[in-house]
Amino acid sequence: MRLKRLFPAALVAALTVLLVFLTLPIAAIFLDVGPAQLIDALGAPGAVDALRLSLLTTSIALVVIVIVGTPAAYLLATRRFRGRSLAITLIELPLVLPPAVAGIGLLAAIGTGGILGPAIASTGIELVFETAGVVIALTFVASPFYVRQALAAFEAVDSALLDASRTLGAGEARTFARIAIPNATAGLASGFALAWGRALGEFGATLVFAGSFRGITQTTPLAIVALVGSDFPGALALSAVLVLVSLALLISVKLISGSLLGPARIPTW
Amino acid sequence: MNRGWLTVLIAVSVTGCGGRASTGADSAPARSELKVSAAASLTDAFTAYGEQFDPAEAAFSFGASDELAAQIRAGALPDVYAAANTTLPDELAEEGLLGEPTVFATNALVIAVPEGSELESVEDLEQPGLAIVIGSETVPVGVYTRLALERLPDEGETILANVRSEEPDVKGVLGKLTQGAADAGFVYDSDVIATRGQLRAIELPSKLQPDVAYGIAVVEGTEFPEQGQEFIDGLLEGPGAEALAEAGFGPPPSE
Repeated sequence: MRLKRLFPAALVAALTVLLVFLTLPIAAIFLDVGPAQLIDALGAPGAVDALRLSLLTTSIALVVIVIVGTPAAYLLATRRFRGRSLAITLIELPLVLPPAVAGIGLLAAIGTGGILGPAIASTGIELVFETAGVVIALTFVASPFYVRQALAAFEAVDSALLDASRTLGAGEARTFARIAIPNATAGLASGFALAWGRALGEFGATLVFAGSFRGITQTTPLAIVALVGSDFPGALALSAVLVLVSLALLISVKLISGSLLGPARIPTW
Repeated sequence: MNRGWLTVLIAVSVTGCGGRASTGADSAPARSELKVSAAASLTDAFTAYGEQFDPAEAAFSFGASDELAAQIRAGALPDVYAAANTTLPDELAEEGLLGEPTVFATNALVIAVPEGSELESVEDLEQPGLAIVIGSETVPVGVYTRLALERLPDEGETILANVRSEEPDVKGVLGKLTQGAADAGFVYDSDVIATRGQLRAIELPSKLQPDVAYGIAVVEGTEFPEQGQEFIDGLLEGPGAEALAEAGFGPPPSE
């Protein structure tokens, strides 16, 4: 009898601890920063440049991730083939990689002195110290977040639906576009939001691979770290702005996918 | 190539979360741990000194001097703080966060280029299209770099136009150079020595050379003020001073 009452209490306690632990640092940022300071922070050197660059680079990265990641995830979700688990593991690998290691790997692969460095340089494309390099770093660290969710979302689509579509002569491409994607929207959107959030917060891979220069490679997290030493309140305020932007993104994606209320089709939030 | 990797790895671990090195002598479990927050450029010298430091187990957190100072201002409590300048320790002491700072070493700002580079002088850095990496304006090495460049006839504008990245600490600058991503960078002489031949130092003309001095102090409120002071004393005379000299640092200016 006692266990019966203790267990739900333990669940509630666990959730409470988790919520307090996760929200306290974020709440502290806002408790330390007044609305006036928040606006002042946008006047800090490089703040607006950093925010603009963050929005630009994360948007491009997300477009790339969706265009390549969606069909790749669909293939993994709907076909069983040799090496499938290996492919999934490899895609998930960047999730457990320290971002700085990702940066080193990118340098060694496609940096100026990397394996493919000379080949890339001969095409006239520059990545290190360039905005394009930031996009590459963001795409590398954020894509697993999207592909994983997309994979789960496609797997959850009733295969009878897909089979019916094919039986009725819709063809693979049409089935993918008309049946699979609409039925996986909630999961795709949640993966999209997670990947975007991860890209917005990216620090280590960007710094190591692309460097830090105002307006070109200094994204918001890099600008915040640059401010910590000289202007702690400024760093706090810029952090608050980043939190607000991320929150706005998360909420709008949730609203658009219609999963803010009611049970989500894919329980991945 | 392997050394290059190692340097980048070290650079990254330092930038990321502050490298933590402790001494190997663990025979006496009751030894107290002396936490030392130190400028990234002191990594090699302090790690070597820490192994010989007897009064306590020295545990280091290496990073950008300004970020380490910000941590102390935000309430972090290391036992000793060492910066790549004297202004940060002086400021913290005035705020009542540090004891009386001591100047314990000097260094020289140099231009570092990859071995085999054809660059030979400051003027060579003015060629358009070069990729130059410097420290950000909040970290001491970045401040010294700007001080030096401002003394050029054009106040360094031509060279600053070639700057492609402003790194949060000196190890970040070194990483970009050893990896071959940048053509030249401004670092300390001791940093170039630590790369053991991968990078070559180009001395600055004396009229450009800023005074690079390192300040250290015991943090107010530490549990181990005596061991902290012993750590500082050893840097002025004894194993610490030797480790600094070996790493390429100069002695503190005589009064």
